[in-house]
Amino acid sequence: MDKIPILRMGPFLLVTIQVDLYDRLALDLESDLIQMVNKTNAAGVLIDISAVSIVDSFMGRILGNIASMSKIMDAETVVVGMQPAVAITLIELGLPLKGVHTALNVEKGMEWLKARTNDIESVNDEDDLIVD
Amino acid sequence: MAVDIIRLLKSKKKKLFEKWIQNQLGSDGLREDLISNEDLRAQSEELSDVFLDSLTIENLNDPTSSSFDPVIELLSGISVVRARQGFSPRETGQFILSLKDALIELLREEMKDDPALLYDHTYRLSKLMDHFMITSFETFLKGREEVILRQTDEITEISTPVIRVWDGILALPIIGTLDSSRTQIIMENLLQEIVATGSGIAILDISGVPAVDSLVAQHLIKTVSATRLMGAECIISGIRPEIAQTVVHLGIDLSGIITKATLANALRYAFQVLNLQVKKATTANPERI
Repeated sequence: MDKIPILRMGPFLLVTIQVDLYDRLALDLESDLIQMVNKTNAAGVLIDISAVSIVDSFMGRILGNIASMSKIMDAETVVVGMQPAVAITLIELGLPLKGVHTALNVEKGMEWLKARTNDIESVNDEDDLIVD
Repeated sequence: MAVDIIRLLKSKKKKLFEKWIQNQLGSDGLREDLISNEDLRAQSEELSDVFLDSLTIENLNDPTSSSFDPVIELLSGISVVRARQGFSPRETGQFILSLKDALIELLREEMKDDPALLYDHTYRLSKLMDHFMITSFETFLKGREEVILRQTDEITEISTPVIRVWDGILALPIIGTLDSSRTQIIMENLLQEIVATGSGIAILDISGVPAVDSLVAQHLIKTVSATRLMGAECIISGIRPEIAQTVVHLGIDLSGIITKATLANALRYAFQVLNLQVKKATTANPERI
């Protein structure tokens, strides 16, 4: 049985989808990822879909689900490397993935995640100062 | 009796032809700038010859008869050529209508004494000519459509280039009306270019779009959303006052999209996002002067 590996990179989780997702695999990924976010207390999730050439509405929904679930668990989700054809398909399907942050490639996605978590940390630091 | 009419028409060929030419020259549909009188004469003569040759007693009542094929063929050819030359539908119609007029005039002169027969023949010939008229129109329209199709292809070919205005900033000036197929091409080009250059910002300039209706706006929104999915930001610039008015009147929600009045404004915004600054040099560069 295929399984999509979830890599841990510092405070972030990195998922690269190298095969075309079928429904079962996508559902497994969803639950695995959420378990992993909980276990590692990750601050961000980066999903690289640059190798995915086929999407359907289900896959679009799963991506949206993962983002909303991570959000609830206080982890940002960024989807990177979407193929033009995939982007057009999702738009035509009426799934603009509102609430999911996107980036051109893994590098930019990581930068965004870092900037994002830094912002939050610095805000927290300031809060601490005020409390002191 | 029916034989009479065929024989009559064939014997009066010369007269009929002259009447027709006179009708054509006298009508408002005459376009001396598009077709010379000699050409018109030659065209008319050929058609009247073919028409009278294929006219028999059997097919007088049957406009769809295959014996009229040469006439239809010739007529189609003339109509298509006229469509390409830029004749108006009225002018093309006049060509056949004036032949009908000439025919009926001729009949009226020849059959003054027998109104019943005159009516009968007029009716039949009218029906026949009407059929030719419809054929002529069909082919004329087909010719026009071909012209339109060719022009559409040409427009698609000129279609919008994606310009790299700065490192990480792409601009795409859209000129002409946006329809579904064009949006598709534009969207694909833009997204591919975003991947190829790794640009984070794309500017869609719509100053060359004559009108924005709800469909065009929807296409624009689609393009913007697709760019966002790729991980790039999309700015729409070149929104003219009229466009802003129509968009608001139509109740289209563009609030989720960054819009700027001019390409310059959009570029300035893009610089801000990328943390770039454009400064005026304090000292003039001597080499430039």
